[in-house]
Amino acid sequence: MEQAKEKLRAFLARHIAGRTIADEDQIFAAGFVSSMFAMQLVLFLEKNFKIAIGNEDLELKNFQSINAMAELIERKTVHSQNGSNS
Amino acid sequence: MELTAEQQRLRTAFREFADAQIVPHANAWDRAERMPAEVVRQLASKGWLGAVLPADCGGAGFDMVEFGLLNEELGRGCSSVRSLLTVHSMAALTMWRWGTEAQKAEWLEKLGQGQAIGAFALTEPEAGSDAREIRTEAVASGDDFLLSGHKKWITFAQIADLFLVFARSQRGLCAFLVERNTPGLVISPVNGMLGTRASMMAELHLEQCRVPKRNLVGAPGFGLSHIASSALDCGRYSVAWGCVGIAQACLETCLEYTGRRKQFGALLRDHQLVQRMMARMVVGVKAARLLCYNAGQLKDAGDPTSMIETSIAKYFACTTAAEIARDAVQIHGANGCSGEYPAERFYRDAKIMEIIEGSNEIQEITIAQNACQEVADKAAIAR
Repeated sequence: MEQAKEKLRAFLARHIAGRTIADEDQIFAAGFVSSMFAMQLVLFLEKNFKIAIGNEDLELKNFQSINAMAELIERKTVHSQNGSNS
Repeated sequence: MELTAEQQRLRTAFREFADAQIVPHANAWDRAERMPAEVVRQLASKGWLGAVLPADCGGAGFDMVEFGLLNEELGRGCSSVRSLLTVHSMAALTMWRWGTEAQKAEWLEKLGQGQAIGAFALTEPEAGSDAREIRTEAVASGDDFLLSGHKKWITFAQIADLFLVFARSQRGLCAFLVERNTPGLVISPVNGMLGTRASMMAELHLEQCRVPKRNLVGAPGFGLSHIASSALDCGRYSVAWGCVGIAQACLETCLEYTGRRKQFGALLRDHQLVQRMMARMVVGVKAARLLCYNAGQLKDAGDPTSMIETSIAKYFACTTAAEIARDAVQIHGANGCSGEYPAERFYRDAKIMEIIEGSNEIQEITIAQNACQEVADKAAIAR
């Protein structure tokens, strides 16, 4: 999970340049992201962690912080592995 | 830019179709402000209305470059036909990306096969570039939502079967699937537009339109940030390629015209000031196409930068198409101002492209802010 957080920190640094984001900071509530950011984040998560974000994942609690996204990635990865084994 | 064998094969098929079925009729459709149903049927029978959907969902299974090539060739023939592909693809891709399993089961194959036509209903009389200001309301009522509001400038709404309608709810902005026959939905045609006049535009009046909660796409609050954003990204990409098509059409018609029209005892193509305009057309078309290829390849790779690169491609392609179309009219002189030649249609259609799917000014803000962010990022790393 720490590796995922590291990647997320690097991605966020590119989009929220000049600010330090702690793992528990509320990214969207802070209001310093562009209108394109939400979908760029979805594409980043899908490409870098080999997961598919769909209808069922659209909850703010999944994307609101680095911690929340790391949990989402873990959950989706485990789910995907279980799915492929079944 | 080298195309794969399959991309080349498809481009040839798209081009032949456009030359045979679209180019000869586009001026007449523009004058009549109508798209014959037969054209929609032909696109559906080719499977091209499912261009953005995977084959196992009833789509054509094209990659994004192939989808782009289709937009270029249809756009070269008629921007109204291309705009059908644009809005239908926006609806289809949204369904595939964000639809529930039940929504997908009901609609994906129909959209992919062109048995149902989709449209995108975001814009309102008071909410254009600032989509956050939409006033259409969705009020929960038992197992339904009641939608009330007014949508304007909705492309192909005159014939669409399914609308992706954006509305404000107590829990934030939402996207809904609204079927054409829903009680309370009144559709009024819009005529007399400057360009893309055969795109069957209409207004939607929603009066206590009862829509089941299961028709909600995505979750409340995600309507703009995810649903509209991903659909508009697809729309911008489609329009960008369509602009390459307009520019290519201008170039081709000018090459033909300047090769037979004589003034001052010489063919127009031998006049240096005409050559300057032609050179700018050649370079502009190639540059716009390369930016579109770049965006398409990034999309196929699932790269997050594909979104900003799509904005850049759209901005460059539509401003280039507008300049090229203006020069095409100039080269044709009075002929270019008449309905006997296609140049004036290209000119009018190109202007529309500078407004839709994010105006030039919105793209400029987006592109500049992104560039500033990159600079700030480099500075932060250097510290």
